[in-house]
Amino acid sequence: MAALGPPLRTLRALLRELRHAGGRAGRPYRHAPAYRHVLAAFRAHRVTSEKLCRAQQELHFQAATYLCLLRSVREHAALHQEYHGKGERSPEEVAGLVGFRLPQQPGGKG
Amino acid sequence: MWRGCRPLCWGLSPAARLPRSPPGPAGRGAGRPGGGRAYAPPAERKRFYQNVSISQGEGGFEINLDHRKLKTPQAKLFTVPSEALAIAVATEWDSQADTIKFYTMHLTTLCNTALDNPTQRNKTQLIRAALKFLETDTVCYRVEEPAALAELQKNEWDPVVAWVEKRYNVAIGSSTSILGPSIPASTKETFVSHLASYNSWALHGIEYVITQLKSLVLSMALIDRHVTVEKAVLLSRLEEEYQIQRWGNVEWAHDYDLCELRARAAAGTLFVHLCSESSTIKHKLLQD
Repeated sequence: MAALGPPLRTLRALLRELRHAGGRAGRPYRHAPAYRHVLAAFRAHRVTSEKLCRAQQELHFQAATYLCLLRSVREHAALHQEYHGKGERSPEEVAGLVGFRLPQQPGGKG
Repeated sequence: MWRGCRPLCWGLSPAARLPRSPPGPAGRGAGRPGGGRAYAPPAERKRFYQNVSISQGEGGFEINLDHRKLKTPQAKLFTVPSEALAIAVATEWDSQADTIKFYTMHLTTLCNTALDNPTQRNKTQLIRAALKFLETDTVCYRVEEPAALAELQKNEWDPVVAWVEKRYNVAIGSSTSILGPSIPASTKETFVSHLASYNSWALHGIEYVITQLKSLVLSMALIDRHVTVEKAVLLSRLEEEYQIQRWGNVEWAHDYDLCELRARAAAGTLFVHLCSESSTIKHKLLQD
């Protein structure tokens, strides 16, 4: 079984990610279906009669996978926005990088 | 550029009256002096819906954007068999801010692929495509020098290979030659019969994970919950990590690729697990 750490930490991180991801339409993030579903699933698996519960571990692994998905999507979007989201520079900006200015040609080029 | 091909997703009902996407760069550059035009990234669709909700139909669970039902690129109704998967897809749509970034919606893409099956593949073809990665599996190809990298590969990859060999009772091995290891036919048959036990939706997910991680061994270890997603991605990129440790990290390339690979592998794994599980709750009452 993968080394996942305590389930509480995964749950808290997952709820924090969901808080950032949801609540766009004005509804508080607590009412989002994913938030409620995750909380309900963790509560349902809290009490079992077995010492080593396979369903608990499966749920924990799924939660950790979903956490990884949300986190890496957010980081990827942030990196994209910062480094790759701006397109090319216009000819005026490129000229300005080396201190030149494009000539004004009111009659058009050539 | 990002790995893999452009995701297929538009996911909009063709019957809905929606503003068409604006024309490409040619239209935008018409006003510039001298006819020169700069490339600006194509304008993305704005978020046109307020609420995302889930409803249950006859085929499964559906997603509603405001009052419109979500459809696949081939205009089929978007139905998923599992409620948790529907909730995750709805969260993806809900987490879009002003513009819709389709390249971040991996679960939606996977569902669209499974529903539309644009390459028209049945289960046998999917399994064959997945098995093809075994002959060129990343963890089976070892280098001889530099010695530090060879040592790292031995320490990190050997346990995973041994675990998979033990779990499926097969022989895989590793090799340093350019032809790679020779995989016996019994190994392939074992994997074929194991993969055949998944349904076709889960097979789409499995094949996706294998294509992203470039390794069947790592994907099997991941889907069987032996390694976490972060660890599987690390093992898949072992040589890159080694070079990063040696020469330094470039954020806009290395971290970008790492996040994208993690997102895709996590989405694929989650998709497989949600498509192939069924849960029942048995309540035991205490006798007072």
